[in-house]
Amino acid sequence: MKRTIPVIALCAAVLLCAYSQTVIKITGGEKPSIAVPDLRGAGQAQQFMDAFNKTLWNDLDNSGQMKMVAKTLYPTSVPQQPSDFKPPAAGRSQGPWLTDWSGPPPNANYLAFGYTAVQGNQLVLFGWLYNVQQPNTSSAQLIGKLYFGSLDEGGARKVAQEFAADILKQFGATSLMGSKVYFVSDRGPNRNKEIWSMDYDGSNQKQFTFYKTITTFPVVSPDATKIAFTTFGKRGQEILMHSLETGRKLSYYNQNVDVNAASDFTPDSQRLLIYSTAGGGLTQIYVTALDGTDIHRITNSGSIDVEAKVNPKTGADLVFISGRGGTPQLYRMSMDGSDVERLTNGIGDVANPAWNPDGQHVAFAWTSGYEPGHYNIFVMDVASRQYTQLTHDGRNENPNWAPDGVHIVFSSKRGSSTQIWSMLADGTGQQQLTNQGNNEKPVWSKATP
Amino acid sequence: MSPTYRSNARITGNGKISAVLLALILVFFVSGCKKKVPPPPPPPPPAPAAVTPPPPPARPEITAFTVEPSAIERGQSATLRWAVTNSTDTSINQGIGAVQSQGQRQVSPTQTTTYTVTANGPGGTANRSVTLNVSTPPPPPPPPAPRPPTLSGSELLAQQGQDAFFDFDKSDIRPDARTALTTDADLLKRIFAQDPNFIATVEGHCDERGSAEYNLALGDRRATAAKDFLVQLGVPADRLKTISYGKERPQCTEATEECWQRNRRAHLSPGQ
Repeated sequence: MKRTIPVIALCAAVLLCAYSQTVIKITGGEKPSIAVPDLRGAGQAQQFMDAFNKTLWNDLDNSGQMKMVAKTLYPTSVPQQPSDFKPPAAGRSQGPWLTDWSGPPPNANYLAFGYTAVQGNQLVLFGWLYNVQQPNTSSAQLIGKLYFGSLDEGGARKVAQEFAADILKQFGATSLMGSKVYFVSDRGPNRNKEIWSMDYDGSNQKQFTFYKTITTFPVVSPDATKIAFTTFGKRGQEILMHSLETGRKLSYYNQNVDVNAASDFTPDSQRLLIYSTAGGGLTQIYVTALDGTDIHRITNSGSIDVEAKVNPKTGADLVFISGRGGTPQLYRMSMDGSDVERLTNGIGDVANPAWNPDGQHVAFAWTSGYEPGHYNIFVMDVASRQYTQLTHDGRNENPNWAPDGVHIVFSSKRGSSTQIWSMLADGTGQQQLTNQGNNEKPVWSKATP
Repeated sequence: MSPTYRSNARITGNGKISAVLLALILVFFVSGCKKKVPPPPPPPPPAPAAVTPPPPPARPEITAFTVEPSAIERGQSATLRWAVTNSTDTSINQGIGAVQSQGQRQVSPTQTTTYTVTANGPGGTANRSVTLNVSTPPPPPPPPAPRPPTLSGSELLAQQGQDAFFDFDKSDIRPDARTALTTDADLLKRIFAQDPNFIATVEGHCDERGSAEYNLALGDRRATAAKDFLVQLGVPADRLKTISYGKERPQCTEATEECWQRNRRAHLSPGQ
């Protein structure tokens, strides 16, 4: 743990140096429009360009940060490198120029272009981002960079993701590069529930646990080094902790009681919020050290309290679900259990709160306006308690924010099975990420260092 | 005395010869006189020879035909014994058929049976019968009352344990759950008496409508409520464990009130 913090700091410093260029702020809600013509590959590289172009386009499009200019509006002559640009002479075109893109029909603000080639058995991307509103190519250039990947589709996707991440970074968006979604799946011969992981676009799905029983309720530490989850054993429920760096099981001491489930790590990744019957009686909220010792009780109510989630910005307050007012509702309180306030209006059942990384918004599942069991995803501004409903189809639960604070991953039953979907924070851009068995409880983690 | 006896014996022994000689002498004497006197009337036919006819063949005789014992219970057997003389073929009815002239045979008829031995010979036929009385034995004593099958505690729980059902989002013991748990309490006491090491687990389950997280706590609440009720009825608390499966182990998965009700339950299972 202690060793990783300096490493993260170092990475951050390197990134800051690398991108000390102007960070473009999105103002007035107007999204910058970007043209992304298909890149071509030299020789052997061309065969992987379908995967490359699809990934680049989707990553930019799905970010929700960009207005993608339709390809049908692009000029016929597409530059592949800066030297292709020829300024018009005496009002006459000499070749591709910035105004081909900034003017109609594309009316783009930005242009991503470049090409790939094979170099020393590697796939190399030469990628540029131009602000085509600028008068000349030198002032237009925001990115001009080499990217290296393996000479296969995976390598093509990787360099596309890296290029997209660099572009998004220019617009203040947190990169989702390398981020993972951990989730629970019952695919497999015995319908056991196990923890799986996948890339944020649904690719690369891999089984993480093999406990062959019910393994569920995953939570990932903010530093992406640990995952905690609950396994139903012969003696009841146990919280288990695994390293995400090695995959190995770490020690976690469980109270010998019926209910033990983890719900969150503290923002410093040093303590674990759990709900448990550790104190006898009803399930209440506790906080423990990472090895399960040093347990402290936070709530002491005469009703069920579950799913405590610590504000990632302050680390000082948390939201949780309690049945103290009747049906399960969303509450907030201080870390010491004081200053409890109810955030939802008492209607229906509330479940699965998840903080936006901004520490101001909470996504949750709510049956408000529907029959019991018909949950939809809502987002609330905690300060004002204003909320919006994001989903309207099927049964939607388990919202969890991407590190960019813009994307939400969630589970949805639209038909016979429950699957994992992602969407933007305004409910648009919904995409199904899984399709085998039933899949639920996604947790979107940043890249493991 | 002795020669006379011998001579008599000879005569007696050759009776036919003597009669012929006598007849010849008489013929010679008569014919010698014929020339002188008129022929005498023909001699009377010879007197029938005083010979003893051969004795007739002896009648077959059944010298013995017994059955011992003469009364049996069904299922037991008896021995037929017989001895026959002057018989060329001997048989016994009732399916026994031809037998030697002397022998024995085990029989075990299922009802009273009269056996007849028939002896046939040149001298005729002889019969003799014996009757073997067969009594129906008293019905066998009823098999000992089947001991109550010694089902294990786990089997008893599986067969006779009753689920206690709950209302949505509730853990109150309803009247029907009260009845079920009262039955369960008696069952558990019997199982514990039979198996001093038996531990029972009270499982708490929920329907699919609540969240998995909240249901984990609700299932625990139901299991605990059911356990508390059983303990009130005298079931030892230290032999009851509780576990919540939340909504992770449903009995059924249909989105109907009937299925939801089946899943909102406390269920007894063998402990560890």
